[in-house]
Amino acid sequence: MDAAAAGRALGRRLPPAARVFGVRRPPLVLLGLGLVVGLAAALPALYLVFAVLDDARGALDAVLTGRTVGLITRSLGLAVAVTAAAIAIAVPLAWLTVRSDLPGRRVWATLLTLPLVIPSYIGAYLFVSALGPRGALAGLLGVERLPSIYGFTGAFLVLTLFTYPLVLIPLRGALQRMDPSLEEAARVMGRSPRDVFRSVVLPQLAPAIGAGGVLVALYVLSDFGAVSIMRFNSFTRDIYIAYESGFGRTEAAALGMVLVLVMLVLFAVYARVRAARALHRVTPGAQRPAQPVRLGGWRWPALAFCGAVAAIALVLPVGVLLYWATKQISSGLELGALATNGWHSLAAAAAAALAASLGAIVVALLSVRYPSVVTRIVERVGYAGYALPGIVVALALVFFTTRVALPLYQTLGVLVFALAIHYLPLAVSPIGASLLQVPPRLEEAARGLGRSPLAVLRTITTPLVASGVLGGGALVFLHALKELPATLLLAPIGFDTLATDVWHQTSFGFYEASAIPALLLLLIAAPPLYLLSARGSVAS
Amino acid sequence: MRAVAGADLELPPGGTCALLGPSGCGKTTTLRLIAGLERPDAGEIVVGDRVVSSAERFVPAEQRRIGMVFQDYALFPHMDVAGNVGYGLGRRPDAGRIRETLELVGLAGSEKRPVHELSGGQQQRVALARALAPTPDLVLLDEPFSNLDASLRDRLRQEVSQILRTAGVTALFVTHDQEEAMSIAETVAVMREGRVEQAGTPEEVYLRPSSRWMAAFLGDIEVLPGDARDGRARCELGTLPAGAVSGACDVLVRPEAVAIGVSGPASATPAEVVTRRFFGHDQLIGLRLASGQVITSRRLGYPAWHPGDHVQAWIEGPVEVLPREDEPAASGAEPHLAVGHDDDVA
Repeated sequence: MDAAAAGRALGRRLPPAARVFGVRRPPLVLLGLGLVVGLAAALPALYLVFAVLDDARGALDAVLTGRTVGLITRSLGLAVAVTAAAIAIAVPLAWLTVRSDLPGRRVWATLLTLPLVIPSYIGAYLFVSALGPRGALAGLLGVERLPSIYGFTGAFLVLTLFTYPLVLIPLRGALQRMDPSLEEAARVMGRSPRDVFRSVVLPQLAPAIGAGGVLVALYVLSDFGAVSIMRFNSFTRDIYIAYESGFGRTEAAALGMVLVLVMLVLFAVYARVRAARALHRVTPGAQRPAQPVRLGGWRWPALAFCGAVAAIALVLPVGVLLYWATKQISSGLELGALATNGWHSLAAAAAAALAASLGAIVVALLSVRYPSVVTRIVERVGYAGYALPGIVVALALVFFTTRVALPLYQTLGVLVFALAIHYLPLAVSPIGASLLQVPPRLEEAARGLGRSPLAVLRTITTPLVASGVLGGGALVFLHALKELPATLLLAPIGFDTLATDVWHQTSFGFYEASAIPALLLLLIAAPPLYLLSARGSVAS
Repeated sequence: MRAVAGADLELPPGGTCALLGPSGCGKTTTLRLIAGLERPDAGEIVVGDRVVSSAERFVPAEQRRIGMVFQDYALFPHMDVAGNVGYGLGRRPDAGRIRETLELVGLAGSEKRPVHELSGGQQQRVALARALAPTPDLVLLDEPFSNLDASLRDRLRQEVSQILRTAGVTALFVTHDQEEAMSIAETVAVMREGRVEQAGTPEEVYLRPSSRWMAAFLGDIEVLPGDARDGRARCELGTLPAGAVSGACDVLVRPEAVAIGVSGPASATPAEVVTRRFFGHDQLIGLRLASGQVITSRRLGYPAWHPGDHVQAWIEGPVEVLPREDEPAASGAEPHLAVGHDDDVA
């Protein structure tokens, strides 16, 4: 962030006190609020460490087994396989939709990023219900049993199909930003198109591929829904089973800790890749749009490839969903439960979005307006909740409430709290960005024109920051809406949301009953998603 | 819509040619057509004695052996200087050739430097070295100096033109800057709305413009109505050679060809100074002639003339006389581009 960089630049020349506390001291109230938000965000991570240390012996016993090695191997194996497959799908799709004359490439680009909005557990449910042993295909073919889709195959298939857009989006961006004269220069110097792609284009794209790939790997490691429905024993599923079994809480915490360590390594890789991504653009000046490459006869295989990916990742799941939904509707709907669960989902997600936005405003104000070591720490700590998988955040909060604050255990408040701190960084980025667009000078100018600080806040700052706050809130809302493991672990007894409803029905094999809540979830998600994609920030 | 239609142009080998025109006239497109980066709808492009583009064949860019310096240089950001310069020399580039080319552009010893650390002028010379390293038949330069600041630009123009001459390569460069074109190129081709309006030496195009538009594009011009008969044109500033033109005509006069003095030769005409702008090294003097027409004279900075002065004005230097209708009819023929051709220059 610019402000942080400015703070660093300032920091070198300043006396230590100013460096730590900032040149402009933030109001004490704001600083106090910031510390509260920071502490709240750090709570799950801190308590996880505390819970593990509390029973270090048991934790070590739980972790130092061959099973842990197996878990790491399986989870990393899945992450590596999915990442490789996602890259293999995304690279040709990105190139075809940006650089070739593929018919309808804009439509393809939109269609092919859409699978990202399908939550992994809904995707997994749809694949199981379509291709599983007792699924729609088996029914259609009139066979008793199909070969099992469960395990690695299913998890790999589902996660690949719903995460490749995480590579596709940054890759398309990188391809669009790439200076076309680089390719032209290489061709003029006598290199064949294939050679040019290898020696000039690919090195330019490597940072985007790397960054997208790490995102996919992180997603796979923290995913709970798909691996659980596909019954693949990865970390998250094992943690959940250990927790559910009732007496394996230390074990769950210890496994959570190992998972977090694995993810931290990946985070470090991601940070390095992102830093390397600042490939120096040597070329100033006007850019002409790149000439689309003529596909000629290759157009047909290219279309077939795009069509196949869209068919498997989008048309098939949506088709299956509609198929089950119409079956369910014709056999009668239980509207009461649906409305209650829908209301629960909406309420929890909206409350989390509100709480996260308020916290994010505090953090963003501190880091943008009062850059210093202290405010930077608050900002960094704000990311702690995000760095943990949802299931680990939930687990830590279960421990915390059962041991320290029992009256809060399984209350709606804790669920909202968990969702808010987990997704806090999603709100900090857009709000911080919009605050950067309101330089203090603008407010000073308004003050100079005779307006009171409050009037300035109302007439200048708020309207300018509003879109950032809305965008951040919408992003948190979307993610909280479809969050599964935290809701499973923390929701009050009897408090079902659409997400948990889908999950429960699917785990009992009630595919038809899962369809309506899944559909409703996607419908509720559509308006904020549309809002965000119109702002062009859905990829962030 | 056609960006280029009727760009007939032939270049002699070994020389430097400027493709000059206002922005949007199709000069960059012409360059890209020659490089093979764009496909022409019709017409023919010949490099040396090789047809690289015609109705029957299209040689792709990578097989044309043409060097190109891009407007934004297009240096590969993930390679060092040697990587960039050696890129056109194949998978295993000859280090000796890289060193040789870098010496030519005055960057010896910079092989290992990352390109983003270079200054604008150095980047430009790396781009030039990269284009020259594979010893191409022809080097194309697209607005090569437009990304440089004014002080650097003037120095690099001379340097680049010297480098190109040393390398002995045929060069074609695109520019919208008249002074740049005339000061470095041996041949200047002026383009307008997709066609070559006139080509020739800088003196030819400046002093003998083929149309009023050409004259005005290359510099300030005064147009005096005249009447031509028997090879002589009469206008308010005297009687001048008219060539083959006969009848009503335009006499095109550069301001520097309008001389003034307290007294003048017998052919001089009385005039009154109405405006004066002083630029230090020279001054522009607005003169009202007897007919009421106001023309401009460019003189050295001294002596000073002042509004109200009554002077004598006369022509001193070449002028061009053109028929009154100055727009030539468009030709329907397909464009023909021949670069480095041994035939006579058209």
